[in-house]
Formats: sequence, structure tokens, C-alpha cells
Amino acid sequence: MFLVPDFKGHDVFPHHLNLPIMRYKGLCFGLSVLLMAISLGLIFIKGFNLGVDFKGGSLIEVRAKSGEADLGDMRSSLTALGLGSVQIQNIGTAGDVLIRIEQQEGEEAAQQAAAKKVLDTLGDGYELRRVEIVGPAVSSELRMTSFIAVIVACIAIWAYVWFRFEWQFSVGVLLGLLHDVLLTAAVFSLFWLQFDLGIVAGLLTVLGYSINDSIVVADRIRENMRKYKKMPLNDLLNLSINETLSRTMLTGVTTLVVLIALLLFGGEVIRNFVLCMLLGVVIGTYSSIFIAAPVIDYLGIRRDAMDEAPARAPAQTS
Amino acid sequence: MLHFERWKIVLILLTCFLGLLFALPNFLSAETRAKWPGFLPSRAMPLGLDLQGGAHLLLAIDQKDIRHDWLTNLREDARRSLRDAKIGFSAIGISGDALQVRLVKPEDTDAAYEALRKLVQPIGNQILGTTGDDIEVRRGSEPGVILVQPTSFGMRERLIHATSASIETINRRVNAMGTAESEVVQQGRDRILVQYPGLSDTQQLKDLIGQTAKLSFHAVHPTVTAEEAQTTRPPVGYRIYQSGEREDDIGYQAAYVLQEVPIVQGDDLVDAQPAFDSQTNAPIITFRFNQSGARKFGNFTKTHVGEPFAIVLDDKVISAPVIREAILGGSGQISGNFSVDSANNLAIQLRSGALPAKLTIVEERTVGPSLGADSIEAGMRAAVVGLVAMGIITIYIYGTFGVYALIGLLVHGILISALMSAVGATLTLPGIAGFVLTIAMAVDANVLIYERVREEMRAGKTQVMAIETGFRRAFTTILDSQLTTLVAGMIMFWLGSGPIRGFAVTLSLGILTSVFAAVTVTRLLCAMWLKNAKAAKGRQVAIPI
Repeated sequence: MFLVPDFKGHDVFPHHLNLPIMRYKGLCFGLSVLLMAISLGLIFIKGFNLGVDFKGGSLIEVRAKSGEADLGDMRSSLTALGLGSVQIQNIGTAGDVLIRIEQQEGEEAAQQAAAKKVLDTLGDGYELRRVEIVGPAVSSELRMTSFIAVIVACIAIWAYVWFRFEWQFSVGVLLGLLHDVLLTAAVFSLFWLQFDLGIVAGLLTVLGYSINDSIVVADRIRENMRKYKKMPLNDLLNLSINETLSRTMLTGVTTLVVLIALLLFGGEVIRNFVLCMLLGVVIGTYSSIFIAAPVIDYLGIRRDAMDEAPARAPAQTS
Repeated sequence: MLHFERWKIVLILLTCFLGLLFALPNFLSAETRAKWPGFLPSRAMPLGLDLQGGAHLLLAIDQKDIRHDWLTNLREDARRSLRDAKIGFSAIGISGDALQVRLVKPEDTDAAYEALRKLVQPIGNQILGTTGDDIEVRRGSEPGVILVQPTSFGMRERLIHATSASIETINRRVNAMGTAESEVVQQGRDRILVQYPGLSDTQQLKDLIGQTAKLSFHAVHPTVTAEEAQTTRPPVGYRIYQSGEREDDIGYQAAYVLQEVPIVQGDDLVDAQPAFDSQTNAPIITFRFNQSGARKFGNFTKTHVGEPFAIVLDDKVISAPVIREAILGGSGQISGNFSVDSANNLAIQLRSGALPAKLTIVEERTVGPSLGADSIEAGMRAAVVGLVAMGIITIYIYGTFGVYALIGLLVHGILISALMSAVGATLTLPGIAGFVLTIAMAVDANVLIYERVREEMRAGKTQVMAIETGFRRAFTTILDSQLTTLVAGMIMFWLGSGPIRGFAVTLSLGILTSVFAAVTVTRLLCAMWLKNAKAAKGRQVAIPI
């Protein structure tokens, strides 16, 4: 006994399932490609419900001092200002209201003027909780840098995997990353959820998580290739996925538990951001099982490549 | 893998201790920290504006404004040089981004070109070898026309100077507003970020930095009125200025014809204070000139008694009083349509100096203090619920070793707060989310290790060998997987702004500490458990996993 009394854990995972995942690789892979195509189409045709970060305009959050906001009154007085489309929405409690004003014609100063008009109209009955005003110059820059950030992140991760593994792995991993980003983004497009800077941060985190998962599987594939030199590639991939399945699922569960807590209790401000990560973790877990390995199988891999670089891994001790 | 040298254990414990020391200020009140002995770290993580409330304004310098100012000055210089060289010109006008000089006689072109060439100044850093000319003089497409144009290099230098000068000015203005710890920093080449914590109404802040506050005193043309000048053309060296007076003011005029070159400028002010007029009780501003300003103003007023002069603020006449007697003392007062607030603001602006160019707000993010407090509460509650749930799962699945994993997590939590406090990284709401996520990922490292240990046991290895192999084999995987996430974190930090950055900082630091915690600390605990168990039971140990 040391520090804490010994008590045994519960190995809840059924280790002897040996799921024939690779048998359905065509189906899974085909489905993934189809979903990616649909996502891409959705994003291109429907687009995103861009937030002020990317579209410009203003977002104002107020809380009624009386405890209850009169949305109807607010709507009529704010629409009368002639600022174009004004969205008014209740969030959280009855007193909290989120007002979105579309980007105004003209330069940066026009956005400021519009927000000021709204604040003046609301008057003293409301407490100002949050104001975000983004002008046209900044919003177009943010759109650009966010796009670049996601692309550069994919490329950097892909380059790292290429450096550490064989190129077939890197292709599988890259495809998995694109799959995760596309599908997660497509859900935001489909349900018309607000897409802002936080979502980009969420997508980048999803990339990080998904690569984490894929690497664990890839690492096992590499190890098994050295261990079982005669095993057919198809069986070997299947074995590797199954061997790492318990860790993939357990980590997925612990991460999801934390994310669900953040979603439920973390407040309105980070809700979509957390939702993005939550979706991404589920999708990323799927892709690490059903995309990377099939790609390696399709591309094939020279088994003797493993023997040429023995220095990379210490010999298995037994 | 499971053998620890004594010095390594000492090092690990020392790291944990130092972490605790640096993290501690975050859990203490400001008063306790103030009483802290000086050699102990006392810096707590600063809270981001989204958590403590405050204003975030991103300003851009108006490049057109800078260019226009420059061209206006150049026009004056060009006029003078041509007059000195006795070359007749019919017009000097600003067209597009250049100055167009039209000569009376086309055969003067060469002489005029030489005269104007003298205006070119070499600029840049000679040590770094980045030198060039500030302006370019060239012949126009038709004879008798010469163009004077700022080079892009010159424009860039101006912009750099204007940005750093603006930052200084804004700093002075914002500091004059109150005691809060505001921050004014450059972003990119021509942007300035102003962060003012604890402020929910940004209007005063915006008023204060939204005005260039260029003050100047001008002579009024003795005979030509604004109406006459508008129908014909203002006399040479004079310009029409619009009025900012109220229509019911005494002696109101819609516009004035003023000498373009001012008598004295705001640069010559040493002090400006808001005050009340002793007769009308209206808010005014009293000011004092420096020596050279006092002399210039004194000389002018001595020779122009009985004539009006105009006080111009940002190209608008705010008042045009008549000089009753020579003002030699170097102090005076400005009356205009001031409210108490606007007089106060203007006094601050005049004291802190004019901005070199107009600034526009390109982005604003303000969070009220109540939302900030709510966010902290929500973030903390979510973190506690999530971590407790995760802890229960971990202990249920991995038993005693699960507890060790959680101790590793605790160390991770302490170390990341310590690192963030030590480097002064700001804690934001996305930062809290990032922190919670690194915890989930730190658990992943333990899951990897323990699952591997179980696998080795299933494969029939001895318990000791299973732990040994589990840690070693999992390590490369952890390294690879965490490093790639670090790559994503770095990119977020490099490209991101605002919320993304805060998230990236915690994520990246968290990866570093989580590897240490999960791999080193947990491994040490497991190794110590094993040593203990072996001493008690020999080789028949049973891993509680």
C-alpha cells in the first residue's frame, strides 16, 4: 500500500470483440467520401450563418433592469431606426436580449453610429452586457486569416506526420482531417448555427484532437508491421484498430464528459464553440477508425520499408 | 523506465513545489499578496476583458489623412521654393496622391525641376541600409507641369512614425481618464489596440481618442469675407474654414477666410485645463503657451489689436474673438460651445497633444462587468462538474492507478496556472475552455499508458514487465500525438486574434505541462508503488488496474 489503499479498477471494455472493421472498409470509406461531398456541397450552396466577426456589423447584448424585456416594443422601436435587418432574440433568462444589426453601408464610422443609435434608443432601462462592433476591413481580414489558419494547420500536421511516418500514413491522416473539418462545418451550415471566430478555434482544436486519435492508431500499425512481418496488410490494419479501440473509446468518453459539462454549464458565450468541439470529437473518433486505415490499405505500403529504419523504434522486449 | 535516480525525483518534486509557489497568488486575495515577502512570486494571472469586463478597441490610422496633410505641407514648401527661385507658376494643386505644379512658362521646367528637387529628403535607417527618398519629383506628361509625389517608402515611414506617435498620445489621453490599467499597443503596421479594463460605457473613451485635436490660432483676412471668397477664390495663402460655432453665438459666421499658416499651433501648449467663465459661467478651457509660443502669439497680438483672430480645432473654427489688447503673458482661454464633459475631454486632448492623423475604430468588443462575472462563474462551474465526472470515471476504470492519474492532473493544473502567471498570460473564457480540454487530453496520455499495461498483461507478461513496457511503448505515441496538437496550438497563436489567441496560449502551455504530469509524475507514483509492493510481496505483486 502506498498513498492510497489498493483497489482494482474495472476493465469495462470488451477486448475480445475483434470487430471486422476492415471488411466494411469499402462501405465506410465510401460513406465518408459521400458525406464529405455532401458537406462540401452544403457549404458552397447554403453557406454559413456568419457572425459579426466575419460578416461585420454589431452585436449588442443587454439585460433589462426590470428583469423582463419587452421584445415587441424593442423590435418596433429598433426597426424604426432604419438600420436594415435587426435581429432580436432572447437568450438565457427573460431579461437577456441579443440584438444583431447587419453591416451598414459606408465605412467603419457607420457601424459605430448605428450601434450608438441602438443604445440611445434602448435608453436607461437596460444594462449593457456586451457590445461587439466589427467593421468591413476587420471582418474581411478575419475571414481570410481564419481560412488560412485552418489550411495551414492541416498542412503543418500533414507535414509532421509525413516526417514521422511513411507518406501513406500522412495521406490517410490528411484525408481524415479534411473529413472532420468539413463535416463539423457542414453541421453548422445545415442547422444555420452562428459561425464566428470561436468556431474556427473549435475547428482547429478538432484538428488537434482528431490527429491525436489517428496517430495513436498509426503508431500501432507501424509497431505491428514490425512485429508481424507475414500477416496480410488487411488483417494487420484490422488488428491494430481493434487493439487501440479501447483507448480510442475511453478517451473519447472522458473528453465528451468534460465537453458536455462545458456545454450545459459553461454559459451562452462559449456554447457554439463547445458544440463545435463536441461534434468534432465524435466525428474525429469515427475518422480515426474508419478513414486513416482504409486509405493505407488502398495505397498499399512496402513492408520492408520498416526494416530499413530500425533505429526509429526500440526492439520489442519480452 | 521505472527506475528513478534520486536527483530526478528531487527535480520532479522541486518542479511541483515551484509550480505551487507560482500558482499560489491566484488563490489569494490582493491584500494577502501585498503583504507577501518580496522574494516570493506575487503575480496572479491577469483576467481577460471578457472575464473582468472592459473595452477593447482596435483603431486604424487614416492613411488618406496622413497623405493629405503631407501634400498640404508640400504645397506650401513648393510655393516657397518656386518663389525663392523666381519661377512663375499658375497653380499648385493636389491631384490624386500627388502635387501638380503648373508653370507659367514651359521653358522654366528645367529650373523648376531643379528647385523642387531640393525638397527631396533622404530618409530611413542608414545603419540598417534601408534608406530612400521621401518624395519623388518628375516631369508631367505635358510641358510646364511637374509632379511631386510621396514615395511608397516615404509613406511607409510616415505611417510608422504616425503610429508610434499616436500610441504615445492615446496613452497620455487614456491615462488621464482614470486609474485603470489600460493598455495601448501596436497591432500590425497601422493599427492600434486599446484595452481598457473595467469600463462598460465606452462613449467617453471613444470621444477622447476619436478626435485628432489639432489646435491652431490663425489670422483672419482683414477684408475678404467668406461669401466673397466662395464666389471667386480665396486670396493666395488663405483658405476658407467652416465654423463650428452655434448660430446664436455673438458674431457668428458660417465660414471664415483664414491665413493657412497658423500663428501658433497646439504643439506650443504646455498646459490646458477646464474651467468656468467668470462672467457667463460657461465651461471654457484655459491654456498656457511655452516660451516660443508665447512670443509668437505676443508679437501677433501686439500688431493686430482690434482685429479678430480664429481658434481652429480639427479644421473647424471654434471661436473668433477680437484682440482687445496684446496678450504677452502666454496664457489665455478658449470659449466655445462646451459642455462640462466636452471641455474636460478637450483639455485632456490638448494636454496630451494632437494625434498625427485621424483614427477610426475598426473593431470594438466591450464586455460589461456583470457578464464577465457570470462568465467566470459559469466557466468554473462547468470545469468543476466536468472534472469531477471525469475523475469518477477514471477512478472507476483504473482503480488506484486512476487516483495516481488524477494526482498527475492536479500537478498539471497547478503547473499551468504557474506558467501562465509567470509569463503573465491572460486568462480568458476560451482560455478556461482550453484548460479544461488539456485536462481531457492529459487523461488521454494516462489512458494510453494504462490500456497498454492491460494489454501487456493480457498477453501474459509479468506484472512488473507489463508496467515497464506500458510506459515505454506509450511514450512515443504520446509524444507524437501531443506534438501534433501543439502544432495546431502554435498556428492558432500565430494567426489568431483575440479569443483564439487566449485559447491557443492555454492549449499550448497545457500540452507541455500535461506531458510532464501524465508521463513523469504519474510514472513516478507508479514506480514508487511498485517498489513498495515488491518490498512487501516480492515478485508476486498484483497491479490494481
